[in-house]
Amino acid sequence: MIGVGKMKQYSNVLDKPLSKGKQEVSLSAFAFLFSELVQYNQTQVDNIAELERRLEDAGYAVGSRVLELLCNREKGNRRETRLLGILSFVHSTVWKVLFGKVADSLEKGTEHEDEYMISEKELLVNRFISIPKDMGTFNCGAFVAGIVKGVLDNAGFPAVVTAHFVPIEGQQRPRTTILIKFADEVSISTSLYMTYLYLGKLNLSPVLPTSIHAQVLKREARLSQ
Amino acid sequence: MANTACFMIVARNDIPIYEAEVGSAAKREDAAQLHQFILHAALDVVQDLAWTTSAMFLKSVDRFNDLVVSVYVTAGHTRLMLLHDSRNEDGIKSFFQEVHELYIKILLNPLYLPGSRITSTHFDTKVRALARKYL
Repeated sequence: MIGVGKMKQYSNVLDKPLSKGKQEVSLSAFAFLFSELVQYNQTQVDNIAELERRLEDAGYAVGSRVLELLCNREKGNRRETRLLGILSFVHSTVWKVLFGKVADSLEKGTEHEDEYMISEKELLVNRFISIPKDMGTFNCGAFVAGIVKGVLDNAGFPAVVTAHFVPIEGQQRPRTTILIKFADEVSISTSLYMTYLYLGKLNLSPVLPTSIHAQVLKREARLSQ
Repeated sequence: MANTACFMIVARNDIPIYEAEVGSAAKREDAAQLHQFILHAALDVVQDLAWTTSAMFLKSVDRFNDLVVSVYVTAGHTRLMLLHDSRNEDGIKSFFQEVHELYIKILLNPLYLPGSRITSTHFDTKVRALARKYL
């Protein structure tokens, strides 16, 4: 085992200082562990969608912890309250800590306003994985999608996150795209919402266009849950 | 000087996951319920305030007679809430920061389910020690 004898022993995890995040884990060790995770889950399910969901759940648990830890360690206890802020947090800070580099790109979806994509030429979890023909569109990136979902959800920006393979011309391996589709209530900007609340407190009920009003109602419904 | 203080951690889904009376004042019989009630009432204010700033420490957000509610919102929207009657903002801030760190350590335990009750007696002892130190 690595580090045996060097580690100081603590009687309780609470006494141990938080890790500085400088150590790295061997890629082979991680690949073996991840391979076991996928194989184990494969024995527990009978269709691809279920398998992806289980990987996503495993990632979600990582994401919710990573958010709390990194905001404390890397950002000096600042929270993210803006949509673009949290996206760039995922794209740079989270990626750098988990995969050792920032993600290749972060783009806004062209067809829908509320969609964003994080693309990676060779996603770490997919590096040693090739999908058999009979498994169709299955993508182990579901685990990473789960991490992203965990971070966004816990930061208060609920989203549906999925992983897809996108073929690139002239390359054998497709790249992996993490597609983030935010829930309706997130797309109304926080500042607009706060203005709305403020006007409400002054008893000036603002008349909003129906589409925006629907979003405000959804957001209120979510907040009052 | 005897002071009253009640500390509570509220998870993202508004469920209290840890609670401690940390004041030195003699206990009144109805105090526990009263404190819970005041803290619960402050949750709405916290929700509005949390989106207006990126700082985690929101200072005092609400008051009831001479009791003040100070709140610290973590990145995952877990709220550390303190009901107190002393005016020692720096101490409270340090208290929150240290408890936040303890909370992260609890959260990083893979066997702890986020949003469930914190039952660790070690955590309890440490929080009470911090309260004596800073409040």
